[in-house]
Amino acid sequence: MSLKIGVPSKGRLMDKTFEWFGSRGVEMRRAGAEREYSARVDGADGVEAVLLSAGEIPRELAAGRIHLGVTGSDLVREKLADWEEQVTALAPLGFGFADLVIAVPAFWIDVDTLDDLDAAAAAFRASHGHRLRIATKYHRLVRDFLREQGVADYQLIDSQGATEGTVKNLAAEAIADITSTGETLRANHLKILADGLIHRSEATLFAAHAADWGNGARPVLQNLAARLSLDLPGPL
Amino acid sequence: MTGAAGAAARRAAERIAAERLFARFQAAGALPVDAEILLPADTLLDLYGEDIRARAYVTADPLEGEMMLRPDFTVPVVQMHMAHGAEPARYTYMGEVFRRQEHLGQRAREYLQVGYELFAREAPEEADAEVFALFAELLAPLRLRAATGDIGILMAAVRGLSTSERRRAALLRHIWRPRRFRALLDRFGGRSPQPEPRAKLLAALTSRPLDRMIAAAGPAIGLREADEVAARAAALAEDAATPPLSGAEVDALDDLLDLRDTAPAALGHLRDLAVDLPSIGAAVDRFARRLDALARHGIAIEGLDFEASHGRTTLEYYDGFVFSFHAEGAPELPPVASGGRYDALTRVLGQGRSIPAVGGVIRPGLIVALQEGAA
Repeated sequence: MSLKIGVPSKGRLMDKTFEWFGSRGVEMRRAGAEREYSARVDGADGVEAVLLSAGEIPRELAAGRIHLGVTGSDLVREKLADWEEQVTALAPLGFGFADLVIAVPAFWIDVDTLDDLDAAAAAFRASHGHRLRIATKYHRLVRDFLREQGVADYQLIDSQGATEGTVKNLAAEAIADITSTGETLRANHLKILADGLIHRSEATLFAAHAADWGNGARPVLQNLAARLSLDLPGPL
Repeated sequence: MTGAAGAAARRAAERIAAERLFARFQAAGALPVDAEILLPADTLLDLYGEDIRARAYVTADPLEGEMMLRPDFTVPVVQMHMAHGAEPARYTYMGEVFRRQEHLGQRAREYLQVGYELFAREAPEEADAEVFALFAELLAPLRLRAATGDIGILMAAVRGLSTSERRRAALLRHIWRPRRFRALLDRFGGRSPQPEPRAKLLAALTSRPLDRMIAAAGPAIGLREADEVAARAAALAEDAATPPLSGAEVDALDDLLDLRDTAPAALGHLRDLAVDLPSIGAAVDRFARRLDALARHGIAIEGLDFEASHGRTTLEYYDGFVFSFHAEGAPELPPVASGGRYDALTRVLGQGRSIPAVGGVIRPGLIVALQEGAA
């Protein structure tokens, strides 16, 4: 029995993940051809790496098909209901930082806070006949945040990419999206609300509660954790 | 019996309990009605806002667009009545409602509701009492604890605040969102400072022309136009010049929000409060008439609980009398029954027409659970 760890399958997230494990003595590298989605792991017995889209890793963790997984903390919170009941965050990995924020057109000088957004939404609905639209792909996180903050008269519009352009294209009045430097937002004439930070995301190593931790998986994890200098929480 | 067989027997028991209630409501003079299970999502979204998506199952019809599995009966029943109902009218219905659960746990995703709704122009306090007394009678064997409230008193208090119309409207809009209501009240009362960006904007507005500030901030993109931005910025400047609510008014409103007592004691307290908040006088008179009507219907009002903030939760639409029945020994259970007056909802759904309405629902599944627990 081996322990399966889901690793992002491409880009900087994959490279940084390999680097993080590598610097702790666990070498991961793509197996075989460039396009093959499997990886070899050296330096930790019984660990098998599976390359997956970062967006699918939360689902695979929830289903217990992988024991561990590296993905953004934003994706886990967005995709898993009651995420803390389904996975445990073992370690923040120190890369993949991104803030999920609410942004509005920069020329809205009357809107700088959620309180303003709420009041502007009420006026907008009265004059335009529909709720103020916020484009996002983070529906759960944004809705929970706005409900908690008591913002009303808005609606969420699904946007899976190029979200910053939706305002100019008249598909939305505001957006909720991830940003690391804010540059894309500024280039699209948007500004972040002062209290509009919904979540500060970071690539994180998660353990799946639903995975099969019998059959020798637990000792493999304990070995790996020792190698990576991780503290395992009690139940693991 | 365990597992699937137990669950099947339990569902059957719930349906039998529901049918018994449905028959009792009909015997009380209600016309039985039914509603579609798949409802157009638009109406519900416009009414409840985006929050309903976290509470209702959304699905897509290729021709009709977004649909929701019925989260309650009130909306379709009100629509039906507004389209072709006689007056006055009493309706009863029985069927499943569906509630999406975003948290792990035991909360039901689908359960039966049996409801009773009364549409009547005359004697609203009498109608309130009729509905409450009927529920109390049907639920009497379960020895539940009833709680009542009156959102109308709260709304009257806000409408009477001596401040700008804009501030009153902002508070009224958030009556059902206690947290935002609190934040607004603290700011309007001068108890919390202006947020820093607001203070900066207000300072800038005193020295620079508004249209130039807007133009300098960036290109006007999107549907919300520069004149809308200017209008609200001007409103903010005007609001900054509005004096804070008087301490006496805020204190009286706080006192009202916290009021929990037996109904007769609450009435006395409300009469005292009306000295500082004279605008609640008429609403308190209605409360007094309702207590008289309840007493005539055989309710022991001396022990009846009254909470002024009862019913102040999101996804609600009550704007007058509200009530609920809880099992005292089972605080983890949702209310076995709840209801209230929703005059404003009929106006929203009535396309220009409206009619006073009051009603409530019972969850037969919880009745069965309590009977099993007691057995």
